[in-house]
Amino acid sequence: MVPLSWYLIVAALLFCIGLYGVMARRNAVAILMSVELMLNAVNINLVAFWRYLQPDLQVGVSWAIFVIAVAAAEAAVGLALIIAVYRSRDSVVAEELDTLKF
Amino acid sequence: MTIQQVVFILISLITIISAIVVVTDRNLFRAAVGLMASFLGVAGLYIILEAGFLAVAQLLVYIGAISILVIFAIMMTRRLMQTIESPFNSQPVWGLIGAVLAFLLLALVAIRTWPTAQYPAPSGPVVESSVQQLGALMVSPDAYVVPFEVASVLLLAALIGAVAISRTEGS
Repeated sequence: MVPLSWYLIVAALLFCIGLYGVMARRNAVAILMSVELMLNAVNINLVAFWRYLQPDLQVGVSWAIFVIAVAAAEAAVGLALIIAVYRSRDSVVAEELDTLKF
Repeated sequence: MTIQQVVFILISLITIISAIVVVTDRNLFRAAVGLMASFLGVAGLYIILEAGFLAVAQLLVYIGAISILVIFAIMMTRRLMQTIESPFNSQPVWGLIGAVLAFLLLALVAIRTWPTAQYPAPSGPVVESSVQQLGALMVSPDAYVVPFEVASVLLLAALIGAVAISRTEGS
């Protein structure tokens, strides 16, 4: 059988790859994709803990479903915002969107 | 090494390598396809963990909806398709250092708190009627009926909000 720590390591790796994408990518769409990777890593952790520690209660799975719902809402609104910004500024590069910078 | 461990390592490799493609590839469309492959790998991990319902939800919501939405956004914004400019902003090295440090911290906590020797395998079988139990939890007042309703309101708000934000004036 696969030990619990393997899942945790894979999830940590996936989370940190997403973190790197959020910190280092130029494009707002790429940043959003990296955030989705991070949310997926969290879900792997939730399901792995459910399976290894509490398999008779569906708590981890329920939380993972809520995370999926929030991720879907976040992607829809985020991409709508990116398209609206692209219409008004003609750019989706995160560093160029600095109107609020003082 | 058992056959299950081999399958786990293969699926993890697919997930991780496609995730690296997502965050490093110059071509955003290829990054979006890598994102789909990564989601597929995560669905495979759910199947190994015997969370079949969640694997199906992952396929439907992430690969079927979110990835397609991302690809539409890439195609609707012209400059995104250009591949000449660098994929990174001005701080890729600091981002990499931060991510590696975060990974070391997370891995240390995971290995110290849940050592391999103590948690080598799941503590018991998944109950037969797990999807039924999940449905009961979602509508039970003792469990998750309030988060369930809040999630439905959130999805409705996101639906209306996305339309309201992205519609053009006067149309």
